[in-house]
Amino acid sequence: MQNNEQIQVARELGLRDEEYQRILDILQRPPTPTELAMFSVEWSEHCGYPHSRRWFELFPREGKFPVLVGEDAGGIVYQGQAVVFKMESHNHPSQVEPRQGAATGIGGIIRDIFGSGARPIACLDSLHFGPLDNARSNFIFKGVVDGIAFYGNCVGVPTVAGELYFHPSYQGNCLVNVMSIGIASQDRLAKSWAKGKGNLIIYAGNRTGRDGIGGCSILASQEFSEQDEKRPSVQIGDPFTEKCLIEATMEALATGFLVGIKDMGAAGLTCSSSEMAAAGKSGVKIYLDRIPVREEAMEPWEIMMSESQERMLLCVKRGYEDSVLQIFHKWGLEAVVVGEVVDGDNITIEFNGKMVADIPAQELTKPPVYTPPAEKPAYLERINHYDWNDLPLPNNWNEILLKLMASPNLCSRHSVFEQYDHMVQINTSMLPGTGTVILRVKNLPWGIAVTTDCNPVFCYLDPYRGSQIAVAEAARNLAACGAQPAGITDCLNFGNPQKPDRYWQFIEAIKGISDACKFFDLPVVSGNVSFYNESPTGPIHPTPTIGMIGIIEDVQKAVNAAFKDFDDVIVLLGETRNEIGGSEYLRVIHQQEFGPAPQIDLSAEKNLQEFLIDAVRQGLVQSSSDLSEGGLACALGEGCICGQEKKGCLIDIGNLPNIRLDALLFGESCGRALITCKPENFATLEKLARTKTIPFFVIGKVTRESLNIYNNQQSLISVSIEDLWKAWYRTL
Amino acid sequence: MKFGIVVFPGSNCDYDCQHVLSVVLSQETEMLWHESHDLKECDCIVLPGGFSYGDYLRTGAVARFSPVMESIRNFIEEGGLVVGICNGFQILVESQLLPGALLPNQKGHFICRHVHLRVENTDTPFTRLFYPGEVISIPIAHHQGNYFIPHSSLSNLQKNRQIIFRYCDIDGQINHATNPNGSIDSIAGIISSSQNVLGMMPHPERSSEAVLGSQDGKRIFLSIIQWWEEKHHAK
Repeated sequence: MQNNEQIQVARELGLRDEEYQRILDILQRPPTPTELAMFSVEWSEHCGYPHSRRWFELFPREGKFPVLVGEDAGGIVYQGQAVVFKMESHNHPSQVEPRQGAATGIGGIIRDIFGSGARPIACLDSLHFGPLDNARSNFIFKGVVDGIAFYGNCVGVPTVAGELYFHPSYQGNCLVNVMSIGIASQDRLAKSWAKGKGNLIIYAGNRTGRDGIGGCSILASQEFSEQDEKRPSVQIGDPFTEKCLIEATMEALATGFLVGIKDMGAAGLTCSSSEMAAAGKSGVKIYLDRIPVREEAMEPWEIMMSESQERMLLCVKRGYEDSVLQIFHKWGLEAVVVGEVVDGDNITIEFNGKMVADIPAQELTKPPVYTPPAEKPAYLERINHYDWNDLPLPNNWNEILLKLMASPNLCSRHSVFEQYDHMVQINTSMLPGTGTVILRVKNLPWGIAVTTDCNPVFCYLDPYRGSQIAVAEAARNLAACGAQPAGITDCLNFGNPQKPDRYWQFIEAIKGISDACKFFDLPVVSGNVSFYNESPTGPIHPTPTIGMIGIIEDVQKAVNAAFKDFDDVIVLLGETRNEIGGSEYLRVIHQQEFGPAPQIDLSAEKNLQEFLIDAVRQGLVQSSSDLSEGGLACALGEGCICGQEKKGCLIDIGNLPNIRLDALLFGESCGRALITCKPENFATLEKLARTKTIPFFVIGKVTRESLNIYNNQQSLISVSIEDLWKAWYRTL
Repeated sequence: MKFGIVVFPGSNCDYDCQHVLSVVLSQETEMLWHESHDLKECDCIVLPGGFSYGDYLRTGAVARFSPVMESIRNFIEEGGLVVGICNGFQILVESQLLPGALLPNQKGHFICRHVHLRVENTDTPFTRLFYPGEVISIPIAHHQGNYFIPHSSLSNLQKNRQIIFRYCDIDGQINHATNPNGSIDSIAGIISSSQNVLGMMPHPERSSEAVLGSQDGKRIFLSIIQWWEEKHHAK
């Protein structure tokens, strides 16, 4: 092929001219078509993180518990058990083909977890769509939920929690961020390398087809434009095969014959083979004609680039290959020896006796690093200096509360999570819908609390502060049920990094996350970056989704958000400020979106979290929830109706700070929580709060029926529980 | 007592049942691989939930042809106890070891949540620890749990007291609103006319420990154990 012609092909594969030049330098010759394809996927934004990698150095990698940081998934260690977790995006495939896009997202993240040697025990999804009244957004929303149910239910990993958020900025580019959590005895974790000359490379699972070719380089590393037909880049999921693959892999790992293992996800065989070689500082030779293929006459570059699902690559001790192959065969899966570990450090691909690729693995897995110009976006000035004193105060507060409770971002999510099997594996001790979800660990007293969090509007108004808030809110969420925050994974969703304002948002978010994590002593154990989330209607709001896990020492002591008994005392913790910027109230009631985002005081947050964990541990708390979207009034509303038995409450806000009433009721000041306690525990609780200098406001008590809020004995809100429930329960 | 739990490729509640039977209830358990005819001298066989063989065809339609099902058919004929939970129930009706059929849920999608059940017949090996009409809480999680049977056969089921569990509200009332999937007569579980095969859509293994919110399901397993031990001692 002529050089010019090849440069053209390189461009079509998403490679830059200078990258093509670098390939020539590495190889000292023009690349073969297969090599060019391999570089294009391995150096793509989705696999190689060229625009983001250098910033990861800012993230803390140590915390309260021992930390495992891996390429595919990291985790923390508690009492000898490794809790492995990771979050990943499947945004673009889901926008193009919602059902399969979401389904294969689940499949991919689960493989990352069991590829590390841990059994997947739960999934969470953070989903962002355009408004429901937009037909296309509604279609995508339904398709994504259906895809998650289709794949997740069959594969036998419970989908237990997550987020669901609607906003116009996601209309042309939805976000589907999926997180998976696994657990294994620490000494049973697997390596993702190929090592030891003569050891064999085994391919196991689904056949390789022409699906998903260029999924990571073409689909995930470019913006959506008007007329693109990108459906062929989306893969098709087969959860049954994945389920068998999980069981077979766990069995194979237990034999002790595996040297290393890696899943074939983005960039398929290219990524798994070259990264296993690079990690083991070994050479790996693959006989490509031995790969089981779905179609005849597949070209070598197609086989290397395919993102067909449910495939694993294993490095097995020579002499033990038959026992390993047998396990996969028993589960009805194909498994064949396709290569071996060789001298040197090249990844070598042979096809029908002909060498089609021969690349230094270290070079292939070392993508270029780019730091494009960053510039503070112009819009920030405009939206953060709004005089909201002119904003009219509502006169019918009942109506406002009901409208907010019914809004798509605040209403009950039961119609979504009930479509997911959230109980399989019988670990879900705190079910979704009533607070923070907790997974017990069988035969042990402790459990794992899980959450995902991000308020994209706050991140739009101030990416640095918004990202800190996301970390703080996730931690508060875990602390509310009594769990000690232990570590995070992140999924950083942004627009085109080559546009300076988008790149600035990204850098600010990274700094915000890492500063908050350092303050809270939380390690970032794994993560994922998704750029190019733009469509002709514009970029998404910056969305650095935080996935966090916490450890609760005694699952029996955990509490949820539902009010429990009549006459329990209701206490608001933390400072409510005169803040309304970025709130749901502002968006839903006044159709406005302006700042500033709420202030955040990290040390006050930390105190509050420690207090909550302590109070739950001492059994002083009946119910507990952090305050976020919808503010105090909506938290009270949820406390009344999210439990099995509905309750009411009688509140007087007279002794709260004297600020605008809408900010007091619906403002979203950070660092707050709502708890209830039995009257007899009140004194102890108050004393505990005083020693920790937690702002502590007794605002009322749990009653039999209706939600009543007074301001110095003057009625502000009086809503029947029936009406509240109807508003909250029926939107989705 | 020895319980056998069948493992089909795609079963995903097999180890949940095993946990409850062996850890919570301290019984001996054996995992029975679908390709084997050997039931390993188990006293009761559990067909667990999941998606046997992927269930890409009609649920349970492939599993009925497996070697283990041949042995289970003989085991049933000899009076052995079998419990089919969710996918296990679907396999039992596909195999015609229980009457009727399980259609897709009326709402067309998967439903996972706690439901209330009314225990309709307590004179069985599976329900003897409940009292008649007792309301219990056990979760469902299925896409095809809409039980159907022609009216003529339904009256037989009723007459023979083969209907064991029906969906109801917390007070035991049964009506359209308490029926999660459209099942005829709100049927959630039935028993064979020979009284030794129970099929139910709800998952008793998911409500067998206090930490999971309900222990009502455990009493089904306890009933079986008690019944078997009495029979065993009588011998």
